[in-house]
Amino acid sequence: MSTAVSSSSSTGGLSQGGTRSTSLPGFDASAPLLTVSDLNVRFPTEDGLVHAVRGVDYSLRSGEVLGIVGESGSGKSVTSLAVMGLLPGSARVTGSVKYRGQELLGQSDRTMSRVRGKGVSMIFQDPMTSLDPVYRVGLQIEETLRSHDRALSSKAAQGRAAELLEMVGIPNARERVRSYPHEFSGGMRQRVVIAIAMANQPDVIIADEPTTALDVTVQAQILEVLQTALTETGAAMVLITHDLGVVAGIADRVLVMYAGRPVEIGSVEDIYYEPRMPYTLGLLGSLPRLDSSTKQRLTPIKGAPPSVVNMPPGCPFAPRCPLHQPDCDVAEPDRVDVGGGHTAACIRTDVVARAHGDAALIFDEASKDSPLMQSQGPADLPGSTGTADDGVPRDPPGEQTEPVTTSATGSLLDPPATTRDGDRS
Amino acid sequence: MSAPAREPILSVRGLEKHFPIKGSGLLQRTVGAVRAVDGLDLDLYPGEVLGLVGESGCGKSTTGRAILNLQPATAGSVVFQGREIVGLGRKEMRPLRRDIQIVFQDPYASLNPRLPVFDIVAEPLIIHGLTKDETELRERVRTLVETVGLNPEHTNRYPAEFSGGQRQRIGIARALALEPKVLVLDEPVSALDVSIQAGVINLLEDLKDRLGLSYLFIAHDLSVVRHISNRVAVMYLGKIIEVADRDDLFERPTHPYTQALLSAIPLPDPRLERSRQRIIITGDVPSPANPPSGCRFRTRCQKFANELDDTRREKCITLEPPLADRGLNHQSACHYAEVSRVL
Repeated sequence: MSTAVSSSSSTGGLSQGGTRSTSLPGFDASAPLLTVSDLNVRFPTEDGLVHAVRGVDYSLRSGEVLGIVGESGSGKSVTSLAVMGLLPGSARVTGSVKYRGQELLGQSDRTMSRVRGKGVSMIFQDPMTSLDPVYRVGLQIEETLRSHDRALSSKAAQGRAAELLEMVGIPNARERVRSYPHEFSGGMRQRVVIAIAMANQPDVIIADEPTTALDVTVQAQILEVLQTALTETGAAMVLITHDLGVVAGIADRVLVMYAGRPVEIGSVEDIYYEPRMPYTLGLLGSLPRLDSSTKQRLTPIKGAPPSVVNMPPGCPFAPRCPLHQPDCDVAEPDRVDVGGGHTAACIRTDVVARAHGDAALIFDEASKDSPLMQSQGPADLPGSTGTADDGVPRDPPGEQTEPVTTSATGSLLDPPATTRDGDRS
Repeated sequence: MSAPAREPILSVRGLEKHFPIKGSGLLQRTVGAVRAVDGLDLDLYPGEVLGLVGESGCGKSTTGRAILNLQPATAGSVVFQGREIVGLGRKEMRPLRRDIQIVFQDPYASLNPRLPVFDIVAEPLIIHGLTKDETELRERVRTLVETVGLNPEHTNRYPAEFSGGQRQRIGIARALALEPKVLVLDEPVSALDVSIQAGVINLLEDLKDRLGLSYLFIAHDLSVVRHISNRVAVMYLGKIIEVADRDDLFERPTHPYTQALLSAIPLPDPRLERSRQRIIITGDVPSPANPPSGCRFRTRCQKFANELDDTRREKCITLEPPLADRGLNHQSACHYAEVSRVL
């Protein structure tokens, strides 16, 4: 996926037919902007079928920024590559991706080239490899412009390329269009990549870890440029990142991925202040805070994310979850609405709700990242005692509406904390 | 907090590490030098965690390696418990290595993939001849592995069978094997996912308290540094530009670079993050082969660009600011330093 930010490839891009329309069969300007439903991606490997993306559902509204967060291997990048049709041929992709009513899955590369860059464009993580080293940056922008508009003269494209570079904050843009990518620093290259992504006024920009390879002071510059790009193009954005700080500043809604599935979706405030899925809560509790002088211990999530080869039934987070109970192993929970379009895939969202974002109340510090330390199996973890002692009736999901009295200390799960203290060292 | 009256366990003065740039001609003459570390002073006190932060290429890892003599320093002095380390050969360093150890960033590259965990952790004990017999060796390795929160039953496994967080624990167990007094931790958690990272940070905090260690904690993530450190030193282009007690540095930074750095880090809190005033500095870090004259930060400095007049700028261009005392154990290298809250 080197130069193919917007056109199918550097050779095929300019030779497309004369149409500048993005319309495929089914194009409907009034249809939802981008709808992904039941997206599954499987890769055949020697170890078996790797089910990297397992049923991703989301929809993107016009002009909004959707943050997709998750740890490495959670499937967040594969999801966006599937949307763009950029996965290798061996990948088995099922489900549906609709852009303005048009189905994108299963389209030919040639057809997809009409959508990429114009309808949906992409910014990749590594600005060192996403530009073609043998072409001047100006030409790479012009190529993107002319592949969607055959009528555009070379001269006009050059002018527009310089304008775009200026917009993303490259000094002396008129001269720098003649530079090669290696003459730019990492931050400057990422600006070029953003200029290419916004060149054709796309409706959607998918940014896959756009600042991860950059230093923080440069990251701050690039985040500002991304905001400019959104304002200039009016595009909606899917921002994929593992950095919960970046998402907090820019996203309207947040989707949390775990083991190839969205486990929680909500407004940025819901996710950060009132998470309902234990994983989201744990992730927030694991973060040291720059703005806090209290030396509160971090609350790590024990264990490691599961391998997506041959997943066992049940909730994939169950082996690491302090709220685990036997029901969790029966079936993988669907996302349930917990109010106001906020959904979470957990059968114990009511318990998580009572923490109000304070991970320490649910994740005690005895949970270390060492599954090897647990002599007992995951099924022996707090569930059995925890449910009895904190007063949550062990009912089927959906019926746990009764408020529960917590102990004076505010800890929701005192008993399991002590039991698990014992299995450390 | 460290009491300044105490004797430092590790004292670095005027440390320089320059990497020669060779010409392309036949003779490969040296045509310049990358001044990765260019005159650095720091003190590490017993029982403290000194965070060393900066962006990539500022020389923080090179500092760590030069302190351990893994890459011999070009100039300067590193005194560890009263002994000069700079200039010592491999043999002379060996006894000192018992007391000062390092944990590397990449848990995938820093463990020998062909050795089982037992051998990895036992190796330093064998090299230094610290155990009398096999039984004692087994017992020591077992204790070490347990100390870092791993199951001693699994020491016959190979590194590939462990996750990143577990591997980093193995690296820590190996570093602890010789019961060192000082650990240099070079980005020990930056290769790990956040949920795993928190466990390793907690472990490092526990170990420090239990074993009375001192850490030089090198990292680019200021949130992690604030969490774990007692004092923090900020590096820019091979030099320390500000050093202070932890909360003092984060709440009352005086150097424009520290202020910009703190301001650039996004906070995982939507309301706070959206209400912040952000200082955005321009450009990238200049090349350490050719640092700017005078103050190294002036080419990106928001104060230099927006607040100073030409006569005051002159001083920044011609005179390199020394690391000057600002009271309360706080030093910074700026001619026009003033406190500004950015968090």
